[in-house]
Amino acid sequence: MLVSTNWLKQYVNLDHVSVNQLAEDITKTGVEVEQVIPPLVDSEHLVVGYVKECVQHPNADKLNLCQVDVGNGEIAQIVCGATNVTEGQYVVVARPGAVLPGGFKIKKAKLRGEASEGMICSLQELGIDEKYIDEKYKDGIYVIEEEVKAGQLAAPLLNLNDHIIEFDLTPNRADCLSMIGVGYEVAAIYNQEMKTPELNLTTADEQSSDYISVEIEDEQANPYYGAWIIKDLQVKPSPLWLQNRLISAGIRPINNVVDVTNYVLLEYGQPLHAFDYERFQSNKVVTRLAKDGETIKTLDGEERTLTADQLVITNGSEAHAIAGVMGGEHSEVQEDTSTVLLEAAYFEPQTVRQSSKYHGIRSEASIRYEKGLDITRVKEAATRAAQLLAELGEGQVLGSIVEAGSTEWTNDVITFNQVEMAERIGANISLENMTSIIERLRFDYEVNGEDISVTVPPRRRDLKIKEDMVEEIARLYGYDNIPFTLPTGVMNQGGLTKRQKHLRAVHGYLQSSGLYESVTYSLTTEDKANQLVSPEVEVLNVKPVRLAMPMSDLHSHLRLSAVPELISSLQYNVARNQYNVGLYEVGSIYTQTEGEGTQPTERLRASAAITGLWENHPWQGVKKPVDFFVIKGILEGLFDYLKLNDVEFEQANLESLHPGRTAVIKLSGSVVGYVGQLHPMTQKQYDIQETYVFDLDLETILGAMDERDVYEPITKYPAIAQDLAFVVSQDLPARVLEEAIMEQGQPHLKSVRVFDVYEGEHMEEGKKSIAFNLIFQNNERTLKDEEIEEARKSIVSYLEQQYQAVLRG
Amino acid sequence: MKERLQTLKQEALDQVNSASDQRALQDVKVYYLGKKGQITDVLKGMGKLSKEERPVVGQLANEVRDEITEAIETKQQTLEKQAIEKQLQEEAVDVTLPGKPSQIGGSHLLMSVIRDIEDLFTSMGYQVAEGPEVETDYYNFEALNLPKGHPARDMQDSFYITEELLMRTHTSPVQARTMNKHEGKGPVKIICPGKVYRRDTDDATHSHQFTQIEGLYVDENIRMSDLKGTLNVLAKHLFGEDREIRLRPSFFPFTEPSVEMDISCKVCGGDGCSVCKKTGWIEILGAGLVHPNVLEMAGFDSNKYSGFAFGMGPERIAMLKYGIEDIRHFYTNDVRFLKQFHRV
Repeated sequence: MLVSTNWLKQYVNLDHVSVNQLAEDITKTGVEVEQVIPPLVDSEHLVVGYVKECVQHPNADKLNLCQVDVGNGEIAQIVCGATNVTEGQYVVVARPGAVLPGGFKIKKAKLRGEASEGMICSLQELGIDEKYIDEKYKDGIYVIEEEVKAGQLAAPLLNLNDHIIEFDLTPNRADCLSMIGVGYEVAAIYNQEMKTPELNLTTADEQSSDYISVEIEDEQANPYYGAWIIKDLQVKPSPLWLQNRLISAGIRPINNVVDVTNYVLLEYGQPLHAFDYERFQSNKVVTRLAKDGETIKTLDGEERTLTADQLVITNGSEAHAIAGVMGGEHSEVQEDTSTVLLEAAYFEPQTVRQSSKYHGIRSEASIRYEKGLDITRVKEAATRAAQLLAELGEGQVLGSIVEAGSTEWTNDVITFNQVEMAERIGANISLENMTSIIERLRFDYEVNGEDISVTVPPRRRDLKIKEDMVEEIARLYGYDNIPFTLPTGVMNQGGLTKRQKHLRAVHGYLQSSGLYESVTYSLTTEDKANQLVSPEVEVLNVKPVRLAMPMSDLHSHLRLSAVPELISSLQYNVARNQYNVGLYEVGSIYTQTEGEGTQPTERLRASAAITGLWENHPWQGVKKPVDFFVIKGILEGLFDYLKLNDVEFEQANLESLHPGRTAVIKLSGSVVGYVGQLHPMTQKQYDIQETYVFDLDLETILGAMDERDVYEPITKYPAIAQDLAFVVSQDLPARVLEEAIMEQGQPHLKSVRVFDVYEGEHMEEGKKSIAFNLIFQNNERTLKDEEIEEARKSIVSYLEQQYQAVLRG
Repeated sequence: MKERLQTLKQEALDQVNSASDQRALQDVKVYYLGKKGQITDVLKGMGKLSKEERPVVGQLANEVRDEITEAIETKQQTLEKQAIEKQLQEEAVDVTLPGKPSQIGGSHLLMSVIRDIEDLFTSMGYQVAEGPEVETDYYNFEALNLPKGHPARDMQDSFYITEELLMRTHTSPVQARTMNKHEGKGPVKIICPGKVYRRDTDDATHSHQFTQIEGLYVDENIRMSDLKGTLNVLAKHLFGEDREIRLRPSFFPFTEPSVEMDISCKVCGGDGCSVCKKTGWIEILGAGLVHPNVLEMAGFDSNKYSGFAFGMGPERIAMLKYGIEDIRHFYTNDVRFLKQFHRV
């Protein structure tokens, strides 16, 4: 909503307050001011001039030499290049000293040898947006068509000196979608009188009912409809003052009839519509719900198909307007219109909302109807419009509006007291203070003992409950006057839960392992939503959840893994010459396990993607790209850090991943995720080099974590290390040997770890050498050499038997 | 014999002195002091001496031996020191060459902002509550006093999945869910962070996915002044002790009264600049007293209980704090961006 301060001053005296103060006070008490638009030009050097003489410039074909009366008998010679300048015009003259929009300073000058004392202005030069300018003045100077005097200030005449305040209205303050509503608000802030427009309409003897009747079919959707006939109108441009008002509110002037309806819409917040009575082709208005498939061509020239939940205004057979949204082209007011059927109605917000949404039209009318109007002012607004049409279009307003339905309204009464006020606000506001604020708001009220009962006027239908009145009083009392306190309730235990602390530990570990935390989009493409899904999610056999109406295919489906989006993030980095990148994300996936249309289960996962060099220290010869064991090491470290021991990595063949460099991860025997290199084809698809990823079900992992740490005393007995190397079949996984050694090495073997793997030269084909470091320890005593030797023998002979392993010297 | 001893001593000391390395010194030691060495040899010949001479020569021989031994030890230390010095010299590196880089990762700025706010409020007895991102229409709207067809639903155009299911448009449903769990008994003190989604085209100031963090405090006698005090703590924690706050009226269907909180502009100190759109104030968050309908729908007696709620966007806070110009930086995961905030 754009509020002209020049206009606002018609209703409220604002002499004592600056515009910036006004904007701040409005913001602080009720409505956020988005911005204050400063005057286009506010200069005493901008005056009305009378072109007394206009001849061709002696030295230039395309220039005119004008003698302009600029008031007080002063004649200024001005060189003007416009083609439409002629003798006898009243024009806007920028005299030396004037500063036009864009900082253009007017000075005395000599043009082709002739003195020029100023400039005759076009409207564009005065800063007026082209869209408001009449065709005939778009390519030339502006010619004033009203009665003016030479020397008169031009800025007020064209409202160039106006400060316009832009409101950022919240949906509850529909009352401020009208100048009168804003007037009441501002009057309340400053405790000023509110002057509403004076109405004194004289009507002809002839009655509107001789021309029109009104019938409402659906009183629910259309509680009230009034039709008024104005005859013998002359359709022509509106006077400047009216055009100025509309332009200040961002509405393009069209002709006096349309402009008057728009003016009243802005003043009262009541949309009105003027039909050309002849073109309406009927003597009755019937409002009804549209028939499915019924069509109407609206004012914007669009052919629109209606549905049965939309209200239309008909002439008994055909639709001539979509109620509250837009009129029809067929009965549009045109230059030859002489009889107007003026509509002043109340349509149910919900109905208008539906039509407006369906057709994608947000008109000045529909935004007001949608919010709910002051139904008690419909007739007043119609009277105001009829009066203006009589004045500006020299029309005859026929006797009394023809009505159907009712404008009755039951006012809400809100009762509350000072104690309740203090309890909600935390400040004691005296009863007198409260009632004086209510008076400023111009609400009727009664005081009964402690209680104040406020009768809410229909213009403020947003006020329904006690708390609403508390807000009204508090905001005008001033939020700045409320003290700072902290709640003084019972003490309680706050803090993070175990799960939340564990989750933070996961973040801490992953970050310290060299990965950057990332946030990617949950909504992705259908393809990515189906890609790189971990086996334990895959078995749920769910499809990615799809949005009913996605904005684009890029974000249409909910992910089943964060990995594809993380790869896209890597790709984004690589495309910007950031080649070595490791990212992780902890976030949800969404699985509709209960079937389509049900609320999906959301499970947290930790995912990562790494590409490029993992170690990069070239001058000492270290330049190591990420490989399977880097990313596996990060995961092993994570499990270690979280004290989860029962973890296995098992060779796996998963879609989009490298078949030889991928493992599923098992925790206590169940799959909880995967780790591996992207398949070269997948890498190609994402336009990225060798990349490793993991995807891990954090829910299972967090669930498996111990509640608390258990202390194990540190033994004083020494550990004994033993190295064993075996030659075994090349395809025998290290893990199998490790497990066998561990089992055979009991009761004293504490750990086994591979420290060397060798295959190739000096090794029989199909064989490899694998060496283990074994640590033996007993917490109660020093181990004897024989005990170690026994364990060693048992291990060696078991591996020989089971795996044809040959112990190396 | 005395003369021989004196001569040997002089010879030995000269040789010790001129020994250039440890091996030469060892040779000297063996030649004079070894089992078959010169001094030993002299001592062996002592039997031929008279009783009177024997102790005199013996003492002299011992003195000579001690003197040579000491000279060798001293020389030994000198040589060792020289050897170490030589080694140190050889081992010297150019300390100005770059070190081997460690892999460092870090926290995402948005998450850091969220964790920071979580920590502030958990220290004041709040708990961190979470809820689903795919939410029912009931919890996302209806339980928050936004019945179907309510005009305020336009404020947040949503991604629907079915008529009853949508991507949550704010974190407020977590408030409703948590209050429900409390079965009408206060206090409820929670802070709810999370991802939210709205039908916006991604550009410098809009993102179809973004984050929110909300706070809720429901108990007996919760007043607007308590909200004001709490927001003051928050604002000063986030932006600095020197910041002022102000509340001004706003509208949210789930609070009444509803307010927005501004902080004083640091760039211009309140005089007005482009950051604060010349008002001296910067909008930070929305808040209000919990609407009685919301309390009642969640099973709380609105005559007994009252509460306040507030909600903010970590993106906005981060953008203001660091002067970040484009919201998309939070979602592209450009390491050049991430690296700047990893220790926040």
